[in-house]
Amino acid sequence: MSNLPLLTILLVLPLVGALIVAFLPSAESAKRVALGFSLVTLLVGIAAASQFRLNSGEQFQLVEQHSWIPQFGVSYALGIDGISLTLILLALVLTPVCILAAWNDLENEPIPAEGRGSRRVQTYFALMLVLVTFMVGVFAAIDVFLFYVFFEAMLVPVYFLIGSFGVGPRRGYAAVKFLLFGLIGGLIMLVAVIGVYFVGPGGADGFLVSNLTGLSIDPSVGRWLFVGFFVAFAIKAPMWPVHTWLPDAASAARPATAVLLVGVLDKVGTYGMIRFCLQMFPEASSWATPVVLTLAVISVVYGALLAIGQSDIMRLIAFTSVSHFGLIILGIFALTTVGGAGSALYMINHGFSTAALFLIAGMLIVRNHGQQHIEAFGGWQRVTPVIAGVWLFAGLSALSLPGLSTFVSEFLVFVGTYQRYPVAALIAVPAVLLASIYILWMYKRTMTGPRPELGRPVADITLREKVVVAPLVAAILLLGVYPALALDPINPAVETTLEHVGAVDPAPSQATGGER
Amino acid sequence: MNSILAAQSVAAVPTAYVAPEVNWAAISPLVIVMAAGLLGVVVEAFVPRRSRHIVQVVLALVGLVAAFVALVALAVDNRTVTLGGSVVIDGMAVFMMGSLLIFGVLGVLTFAEKLGGEHPDAFTPMGAAIPGSSYERAAARAGLATSEVFPLVLISLAGMMMFVSAGDLITMFVALEVLSLPLYVLVGLARRRRLLSQEASLKYFLLGAFASAFFLFGAALLYGYAGTTDLAGIAAAVGAPTAGLEPLLVPAILLVLVGLLFKVGAVPFHSWTPDAYQGAPTPVTGFMAAATKLAAFGAILRFGYVAVEGSRWSWQGGVAAIAALTMVVGAVLSITQTDIKRLLAYSSVAHAGFILVGVLAFSTRGLAGVLFYLLAYGLTTIAAFGVVTLVRQHGSEATNISQWAGLGQRHPIVAAVFGFLLLAFAGIPLTSGFTSKFAAFAPAVESGTMGTVLVVIGVLASGITAYIYVKLIVIMYFHDAPGDDVTVAEASPLTTAAIAIGTVATVVLGFIPGPVLELAGRAAELIR
Repeated sequence: MSNLPLLTILLVLPLVGALIVAFLPSAESAKRVALGFSLVTLLVGIAAASQFRLNSGEQFQLVEQHSWIPQFGVSYALGIDGISLTLILLALVLTPVCILAAWNDLENEPIPAEGRGSRRVQTYFALMLVLVTFMVGVFAAIDVFLFYVFFEAMLVPVYFLIGSFGVGPRRGYAAVKFLLFGLIGGLIMLVAVIGVYFVGPGGADGFLVSNLTGLSIDPSVGRWLFVGFFVAFAIKAPMWPVHTWLPDAASAARPATAVLLVGVLDKVGTYGMIRFCLQMFPEASSWATPVVLTLAVISVVYGALLAIGQSDIMRLIAFTSVSHFGLIILGIFALTTVGGAGSALYMINHGFSTAALFLIAGMLIVRNHGQQHIEAFGGWQRVTPVIAGVWLFAGLSALSLPGLSTFVSEFLVFVGTYQRYPVAALIAVPAVLLASIYILWMYKRTMTGPRPELGRPVADITLREKVVVAPLVAAILLLGVYPALALDPINPAVETTLEHVGAVDPAPSQATGGER
Repeated sequence: MNSILAAQSVAAVPTAYVAPEVNWAAISPLVIVMAAGLLGVVVEAFVPRRSRHIVQVVLALVGLVAAFVALVALAVDNRTVTLGGSVVIDGMAVFMMGSLLIFGVLGVLTFAEKLGGEHPDAFTPMGAAIPGSSYERAAARAGLATSEVFPLVLISLAGMMMFVSAGDLITMFVALEVLSLPLYVLVGLARRRRLLSQEASLKYFLLGAFASAFFLFGAALLYGYAGTTDLAGIAAAVGAPTAGLEPLLVPAILLVLVGLLFKVGAVPFHSWTPDAYQGAPTPVTGFMAAATKLAAFGAILRFGYVAVEGSRWSWQGGVAAIAALTMVVGAVLSITQTDIKRLLAYSSVAHAGFILVGVLAFSTRGLAGVLFYLLAYGLTTIAAFGVVTLVRQHGSEATNISQWAGLGQRHPIVAAVFGFLLLAFAGIPLTSGFTSKFAAFAPAVESGTMGTVLVVIGVLASGITAYIYVKLIVIMYFHDAPGDDVTVAEASPLTTAAIAIGTVATVVLGFIPGPVLELAGRAAELIR
């Protein structure tokens, strides 16, 4: 069992599934097979997690390494630490949930006149499975080049999921915007990827992260390389001022796509900051910290303020994410173990919380004839009381109610940031207040009020939707009361990273003095 | 001064003529292709009209395959300088000849496409006729066909193979003309939009002749400088310059480079590219974009790396500026195009800039990267133009971008193939386009600050070009078709094979480029 290349299986399985799904004759069986493959992949993921040992001493576990393009120094190298393990599990849990949530997405589509659109359902679910492969790959790659390949290749299925299967007249525009932002970030990173090879030891496995850690890089070169990586990750995360693609993409995407995009894919940005920016360029990271923290704080406040002003549910959720990503980046660049662990945990919690928000929003939107505007709702808790209940629950998790998982991570991020950068923490804390405004106000506008005149019976939550929501609610509660489940693998990984950076936690007595 | 010239002329006159030694094994691929081309001329004269087409196609394919076999069996192990120094069969020459032969096979396959008609679909029945004249109609009625395109392409290919293996400037110039003249004719032979095609041919010819003159003038100056046209001799003269002649060197190099950069379509010598690409019969465009570019880069590499590498500090700045300009102008102008062939033309200009970045690395690794890039780009290009030949409206090619709207819904496979090829042009990972960009850019970053700056410009330019590729994909997939009359022609196995080979190569070189990179790495040596 332990000799099985579990990570490779995790990569190949969804891809095989995608191929099968794409060529199935019937749409109904395509859905079932897609769901089946996503569940089996999840099981393999759990098997991989069971092989994972806490405090093993090695940075990466389950390592597989083969030479891929020796001429370039590229290896096919996979491995996971606690941070990537939890992110992979997040992706694998969310995939079946999303597939189930997307079950009837294409049901009421007008069939194109030529009748050629009959394979759209198969394509839709196949693309989702392809995306799983790339998501696993991007988190499991421990070779910079391999990471880059997954990072860029990931854009293509998402581009089609938004552009071809999205909603609204602006989906083409949103898809192109998404792709170009990602591509330009990636291309800038490409220069840095090439550059980092030449400051490293070179050779046939010169792109391995382990070979690029702990180098003594000339500071000016290191800073340029850091900037190259950071810009790509900031766009992906997304961070103010390069976040503008996200609201467009999220509102044009189907809810399930939005979940995979915001809940998982955007984590590649913050994950990349930890794995590549901090680990490979510690000197440049501390050099850039003031700027990064400033941008992060702006993201936190700006995202929250704009979320309050949104009239489109999906855009509102997207802007809450901009704010939350600001907090994650804040925790990462605070360079404290508490902040780092908080950020890594936040990535997981934000995934579940955003998934719940997007998917329940999707359920509401479907019941309201595709209307995404908040004004189009009102009084719906009298129509669909159960959905209203889980909607409130998801909202509360987004505003970090104590007892729910997001509270733990937000708290850790604030504590960790305060230890080193109290001013940044103090500016960011009011975002919590803003969060309760945008969430509760949205709930008020959509759910409370007199019973709306719908003119037809609207069903409350269906069995399928219950199955969609249940794992998310369970995860949010579980990680809220027992965060150690995720923190135990995360902590050693964060400590290892901070060791590479050479950051030592400030002593508590000094922390209050605002010492840098 | 006079005494120097006198001394040289004394040395240059041999006492008795000694025939240069010929290593037939090494040059056998060249000979086979040329012989097949000449045989094709004879076929044109003596074989009855009905069977001419099939005979020519078979002859061309057999000739090319035989040349390839000869290359692998004989030339690979015969790395040598032969024919009195005028032909150099080294690693680069062998790799490039192999690439050219592959392009030739794919090109002939697309040239031969009849699309269910009686004659090759892309070519006019009578190239000499005035467009729209009664003579032309009569030629069409009489069932004439320009089957001479096959010998023409073979002769052009022989010229290209000679171009990349030329050991002196005279051979290089002869090769330049041998490869160019058939191309000028081929460009003017389009069946439809004859006037456009003839205009393209004339433009290409005039500008090409102009560029040849630049080359020749530069070669003459170099002869004056070095007293020899031999590339190795020039290199020696550059290393030990004669007093008083130094001012000749830089103008001479720049003039020769102008002639060569014209052929690759570098800015500001690119203005023929969009017109010639648009007017030429589409299979010719594909062949030209792949093969001419490769051959011209072969000559640039040989000239720059072998002959005048010693003085590169005095000219590489200029070439770097041209590379930057080529990438930016090619990328920016490509996004304003509305015709697919012109769009691909500007994209090929941008790609020429990317390749120049690799050339300017001046390292073995850079040479290998350029070799890989040229092969991968050529295969993708031939496949892409192959797809362009198939999308039609009212019987002629639908080259306006708006005509491609909705192709993704109606012809998902064709659209998927073309979309994939576009992603390769854009340099998305897991396509050969990405691997080749990496192969060309990495050595440039390694070479120093100038290379890094060029790479930054390069990636930004590829970001710009990505916009137009993506826009094309958007049009194919997300826009509704304007009407029902845009169709995809039923391709014969010939075109299908060419497109399939090009596409599969694009996939394979993206996923497992190792073996071909290894090959390019081993081929990256020049006999100096």
